[in-house]
Amino acid sequence: MAHAAVMTTPANRELGAGVYNEKLGMWVFLGSEVMFFTALIGSYIILRFANPGAFGAPGQVLNVPVTAVNTFLLICSSVTMVKAFAAAHDGEMQKMKYYLLATTIIGAAFVGVQVYEYTHLIHEGFLPSGIRPGSHLAELAEAGQLGLGVADPGVAGVYGSSFYTMTGFHGFHVTCGVICMSFVTIKAFRGGYTQADHRGIEVVGLYWHFVDLVWIILFTIVYLI
Amino acid sequence: MATAALAHDAAGHHGDAHELSFIRKYIFSTDHKIIGIQFLLMSLIFLGIGGFAAMMIRWQLGFPGEAFPGGALLPETMAPGGIVLPEFYNSLVTMHGTLMVFFAVMPLLVGVFGNFLIPLKIGAPDMAFPRLNMWSFWIAVPAGILMMAGFFVEGGHAAAGWTSYAPLSAIGEYSGVYTGQQIWLLSLAMLGLSSILGATNYITTVVNLRAPGMGWFRLPLSIWALFVTAILVLLAIPILSGAAIMLFFDQTIGTHFFDATGGGQPLLWQHLFWYFGHPEVYILILPAMGVVSDIIANGSRKPIFGYHSMVYAIIAIAFLGWIVWGHHMFQSGMNPSLGMTFMISTLLIAVPSAIKTFNWMGTMWRGQLNFHVPMLHAITFVSMFVIGGLSGVFMASTPVDIYIHDTYFIVAHIHYVLFGGSLFAIYAAVTFWYPKMFGRLMDPFWGKVHWILTLIAFNVTFFPMHTIGAQGHMRRIYDPNQYEFLQPLQGTNTLITIGALVLFGSQFIFILNFVISWFTGAKASANPWDDNGLEWTVPSPPPHGNFATVPNVYHAPYEFSSPLVEEDFLPQNRKLDGTVGSADTPAAG
Amino acid sequence: MGWLLPPSASTYAGDIDFLYYLILVITGIAFVIVEVGILWFVVRYRARPGGRAEYTHGNMRAEVIWTAIPAVTVVALGIMSAGVWNDVKGRHSVPDDALAYGLHAQQFEWHFTHPGADGQLDTSDDITVRNQLHVPVNRPVWIRMRSEDVIHSFFVPAFRVKQDVVPGMVTQVWFEATETGEFEIACAELCGLGHYRMGATVTVHSAEDFNAWVAAQALAAQAQ
Repeated sequence: MAHAAVMTTPANRELGAGVYNEKLGMWVFLGSEVMFFTALIGSYIILRFANPGAFGAPGQVLNVPVTAVNTFLLICSSVTMVKAFAAAHDGEMQKMKYYLLATTIIGAAFVGVQVYEYTHLIHEGFLPSGIRPGSHLAELAEAGQLGLGVADPGVAGVYGSSFYTMTGFHGFHVTCGVICMSFVTIKAFRGGYTQADHRGIEVVGLYWHFVDLVWIILFTIVYLI
Repeated sequence: MATAALAHDAAGHHGDAHELSFIRKYIFSTDHKIIGIQFLLMSLIFLGIGGFAAMMIRWQLGFPGEAFPGGALLPETMAPGGIVLPEFYNSLVTMHGTLMVFFAVMPLLVGVFGNFLIPLKIGAPDMAFPRLNMWSFWIAVPAGILMMAGFFVEGGHAAAGWTSYAPLSAIGEYSGVYTGQQIWLLSLAMLGLSSILGATNYITTVVNLRAPGMGWFRLPLSIWALFVTAILVLLAIPILSGAAIMLFFDQTIGTHFFDATGGGQPLLWQHLFWYFGHPEVYILILPAMGVVSDIIANGSRKPIFGYHSMVYAIIAIAFLGWIVWGHHMFQSGMNPSLGMTFMISTLLIAVPSAIKTFNWMGTMWRGQLNFHVPMLHAITFVSMFVIGGLSGVFMASTPVDIYIHDTYFIVAHIHYVLFGGSLFAIYAAVTFWYPKMFGRLMDPFWGKVHWILTLIAFNVTFFPMHTIGAQGHMRRIYDPNQYEFLQPLQGTNTLITIGALVLFGSQFIFILNFVISWFTGAKASANPWDDNGLEWTVPSPPPHGNFATVPNVYHAPYEFSSPLVEEDFLPQNRKLDGTVGSADTPAAG
Repeated sequence: MGWLLPPSASTYAGDIDFLYYLILVITGIAFVIVEVGILWFVVRYRARPGGRAEYTHGNMRAEVIWTAIPAVTVVALGIMSAGVWNDVKGRHSVPDDALAYGLHAQQFEWHFTHPGADGQLDTSDDITVRNQLHVPVNRPVWIRMRSEDVIHSFFVPAFRVKQDVVPGMVTQVWFEATETGEFEIACAELCGLGHYRMGATVTVHSAEDFNAWVAAQALAAQAQ
């Protein structure tokens, strides 16, 4: 079935982007988000190239297996998001509702795992300011087991600084996404979306995929490399 | 204003305008015109505060050791006996720059004219996202209040310059400022969010809501400039947000992004800040160039000379503005080879600016010049901005910059482009669109008095700064007399201060004219300037929804003195059999 | 005074000043063209009753000319500037026979470490002096600079020397003084409360006087 009028460009206007306002607006906004994460990730790359010894070897400080599972979860939530939008497009509103619910729950789970990882890392002694003196990680650092190239773990401050800032702000963006996703899911269950007009689902979906993409980049350069 | 808004608004939404309470209509308004006026009122207040900060700076430099008039009212932590303390001086310098850039000039150009002009001039009923627009303003207000709160915290306000270089700004022990510096960052983060939401709105609106016939190359240059500026805002402000967050964390939770002792890099702050900061100054000048183009064409009764080149020049300036940031860092310790590359890109950016300057002159050439107050300010923009641009060539040359970096030569350049440029353009634009905003005209006599006093006092204040800079007078120093080589410059400093005092005082003429005309100014017709823009085809002020029917656009934006019609202007929507164009297709949705 | 630069006393000051004056002339010409042009137009093209403006949208040839001339001019300026920049700040700009000094900047003073009688830095006869720099005339001097705390900027107006001093980095500067005498040093980067009073002095000695000064410092150090 053809797209309903409201999910195309505004009528009686000079030809613009060819997409409805909310969708264009979200793409534009995501442009600003790209620049925001560029500032954080770019700084991380610069600091790491300048002082590679201040950054622990992959897997020595951070828990790669758990985070890998978490990454898989987030990717799954993007899949359910796509399926929700497709269901709306095809008029299968029941399916759409449950896929939206799944996306919300998986997204919340991702945040939960992140919070768990943070508490564990802090307990081990990995702080935004670096490695806490006297902590378990400090002992490992002194024994040369963290893959740090610097003698004084105090100089590893930038590792903690950049890790928590980048992943923390990503987590904040996911949390905002989960909140928006909850609103969308509730609206869906109340019958607020139709096959003719499900703009909110597409727009929040765009944001969701963006947040997922940022995570894939972060996971790769922070955890794997 | 109230009566026009209560009339049937466009597109037949009869119910809304009548039922809205005063609060929904004027306080938490979603109407782009009201929001534009809200930004105008807020920004003028901050322009005054920022100017007042400058007066205290200049008093210290012009009359060192003498009490500032009324200074006894200030607390002992700032100015005991009315004499500014060195720590407060550093805060004044910081806050003058901060308030002027973020809370005066940027909102005056982008918040006021972006909001007010875009829907009207493209033939749209409002912005794409009116409620988001309301949020843009109402996030900016607490940002401004928070910024002012910084004056009242222990340790005083931020004092590391508007550029906030780390580690001075990151570590409180170095500056004596703790909370103030944090407030500065939080306030700017909030303001940044407001700007990003606004930019999203402007871009979506210009792309998707242009009236039929308003193709890209029929857009007035003010709209082109605001559109390109919005893209700059979208891409540059988030960089500042990211950097501000990192600096805030350095200050509060012990991260080490910019702190060498923890593995961080002070130069990283400079790269991030200027990667934002240089596009920011183009954000501050491009809309000014845009409105000046509209006004010069109107005042010359001629099409803009080289419209297409003007568009490409706007785009070129915006694009080149991304690859010149390092010219603020020539002497920073960054790799000298980078100095070479940034010098080339910086010198190149002179070219599109030159094109625009000559095109403005070309517009005036063989025109029928009408020196209404907006035209006076617009012509002044061109002549003052040129001085600012030319002074920029000195600092673009890296070896010359060795000498003039961080001297008053730079301060002269900044003020010729930001005051001589942006602020004169703002005066032109406010005067020009005032009748459309308020339904009355500003008094032209007092407008001319304000203009000539400002022009003279501005030059008395800022031209000598080139010369003291050439003598090596550094920036941001509380007492130049500490240095023997600067002592002979005291006389010039005093002259500059006198100019500044007259300059500040003259602005009250503008404020009074602005306020009084609101109540007793001559009533304005729909098109008091005989202009071609779509905004002049609707009443002054326009009703909610702007246009009764969607306009059809037939002409380029600057068809003055067209041979096709007897009048010397041709509104963009005028169908040439004499009837005003109406929508060819019934309004959908 | 005015737009004229103050007297200079170093070898490369002349090159820097030359560029400044060249740019002054070029921008001066542009300034006159534009401002006189605007004034001329304002007078000549004032609206007259019954007059009508010329209906034209531009002139491609004029645009090409006023694009090409500024473009060529700035490129030429860039090339000329590049050479001087390389000589003053380039990676290999420091002359091989430069006398090596150290500078430790802090809030709000400068600590200069002089190489001492052996002419070598980081030896036992180094002399560290607060807020005073002593150099011989007509001999290149190379200073490696560190900061204790925040960013400062080492500025000697008479030598046309300026270089930021950044914590966590070693920055460098070199110059060759051409006249004896005392010259002021200033801090040129906002560094806190005392930024405005972070001055110092560089004394340029004749060769004999310089050796005498160095010897006197050595004696004073022994006496302690």
